Amino acid sequence: MADNKQKPSEVIANVVGWVDRRFPLTSTMKAHLTEYYAPKNFNFWYFFGSLAMLVLVMQILTGIFLTMHYKPSAAEAFASVEYIMRDVFGGNIIRYMHSTGASMFFVVVYLHMFRGIIYGSYRTPRELIWLFGVGIFLALMGEAFFGYLLPWGQMSYWGAQVITSLFGTVPFIGPDLMEWLRGDFLTADATLNRFFAFHVIALPLVLLGLVMVHLVALHEVGSNNPDGVEIKASKDKKTGIPLDGIPFHPYYTVKDIVGVVVFLMVFAAIVFFAPEMGGYFLEHNNFIPADPLKTPEHIAPVWYFTPYYSILRAVPPVLNSQFPGVAAMGLSVVVFAFLPWLDKSPVKSIRYRGSLYKRWLVAFVVSFFVLGYLGTEPSNVWGQFGAWAGGADRATVVARIFTAIYFLFFLLMPWYTARDKTKPVPERVTY
Amino acid sequence: MSVSDSEKEKSVKSSALSFQEPSQVDKEKRQFLVVATAAVGAAGAATAAIPFVGSMLPSERAKAAGAPVEVDVSDIAPGQIKTAEWRGQPVWIIKRTDEMTAELPKHNDQLSDPMCEVTSQQPAYCQNADRSIKPNIGVVVGICTHLGCSPTAKLEQGGDMGAGWTGGFYCPCHGSKFDLAGRVFKGSPAPTNLVVPPHSYIDENTLIIGVEAEMEA
Repeated sequence: MADNKQKPSEVIANVVGWVDRRFPLTSTMKAHLTEYYAPKNFNFWYFFGSLAMLVLVMQILTGIFLTMHYKPSAAEAFASVEYIMRDVFGGNIIRYMHSTGASMFFVVVYLHMFRGIIYGSYRTPRELIWLFGVGIFLALMGEAFFGYLLPWGQMSYWGAQVITSLFGTVPFIGPDLMEWLRGDFLTADATLNRFFAFHVIALPLVLLGLVMVHLVALHEVGSNNPDGVEIKASKDKKTGIPLDGIPFHPYYTVKDIVGVVVFLMVFAAIVFFAPEMGGYFLEHNNFIPADPLKTPEHIAPVWYFTPYYSILRAVPPVLNSQFPGVAAMGLSVVVFAFLPWLDKSPVKSIRYRGSLYKRWLVAFVVSFFVLGYLGTEPSNVWGQFGAWAGGADRATVVARIFTAIYFLFFLLMPWYTARDKTKPVPERVTY
Repeated sequence: MSVSDSEKEKSVKSSALSFQEPSQVDKEKRQFLVVATAAVGAAGAATAAIPFVGSMLPSERAKAAGAPVEVDVSDIAPGQIKTAEWRGQPVWIIKRTDEMTAELPKHNDQLSDPMCEVTSQQPAYCQNADRSIKPNIGVVVGICTHLGCSPTAKLEQGGDMGAGWTGGFYCPCHGSKFDLAGRVFKGSPAPTNLVVPPHSYIDENTLIIGVEAEMEA
């Protein structure tokens, strides 16, 4: 106490200096926050990357607390979820945060992906960022699928039964593969137990690793922007700092906090007032315990899987095999990975593309929504055509048309992006 | 705080050449906004922590399992012991013979706390010579106050406990010794007497553990 001459600021500087001589604290902060220069023209669409990170953290946190009370066994799972809902202090809030978080994860990730598509964020030199992102999307779908079995309700059970059956359609090895995945001759206790392991540890580790490389790759090449202009092309001659760049912290951390506040308001409103979202976030049939002897009358996946489920149903069997439908469904997700090489346009951003591309993009978005809607409904929802069409389900025919449009958006991309009349791209970013 | 702030200022000034940094920054206002935002955020985080921290408390089911337990004491022979389970813990109901009860005050000089002055170890209505409501019926939680083992009943005098043993309980883990009222003998590792749980009698023969007489009405 005698030597009381140091100011608090000097004490902090000394501590930071001590750490810096042993660990790259300040240099890491600079590289990724205070001296990571992001384009100054980010707009609304740039909220969803950081929101996805926020939801990931919330899912991990709520997941840890749910694991403290959940029992991964066919005999106890359903009751343990109800126990969490009724007997654990705050358990209903934590569980609704987790189930709402699952749906909101897909909302923000779909918007984040759409941002990447309209501004050409997957184009050179950002192909790897995009590929890691597709990996994150696949891991997220796996995470959602495995997690959905855990409450052991009717939709959990029959959803898992149907999806694992898809593997049974693989030529030659299908039936054996399906049994190996389930660990039993049907979806059973062994399946639940392993899905629990995938859901709480295997895929979260994969997800975290992929998020890390996604960010490392992003910070290596720098962020794209709504103009699709490389800000590193115009640097200040003295400092070497991009003229159109501003430090991520404090400018974008503060901007993202505004996004977080708005997002959390929406999120809390759902958690407290509409956690089931009319059966779209938590399906009604899942409040009935799993019954391997009785399939519910109408089964459909949760909303975020329905576009792909529609594609699965739309593709007709070939040579008595369901495999083409399964392959089409798989392809409809994996095809996103090829975008960097399918897009031949001289410009990145939708701002400088012509009407041909825009029309295709609208067609794709419409088909995504139509397929998504049809996937939530039984295939006879719109009745049947007359005898002239062989009495086919109207909805199935519509789903086939939009499945074709969905794939043509990707398959014809090299043609229509090269042929599109683009506008001149400015050298510097605009607002 | 001030160091990293001034660093930030510097990096902003040197980097943001292409747009106008206001010539005069109202540092007081900036500081107020930072502190106010952080305070509101911290309050939000603390509130959000309530369900998470609370979820680790005993659940409603656990509380229900900790409900009061009724025990019929009429079938315990004098000099015998009965073990009940209350909140997952063994609770001994010892029916002492008159000789056993008479013996209790005689070895007070060998005990750490003969007068039960550590009030956390028994309700006020049991802070008496035999630590009980009915002199011949002792009710104690059968968990050693040292490290939580359950002591073994050595109710008879002498025996394998040696000639001086007046009857009581012996903890096999670290050798703590207690008398038939659960009072700890000097020289034991256990620091205090065994706990007497809150209890009362519904009628002549029915003991209820977990409910005190005042709470019954």
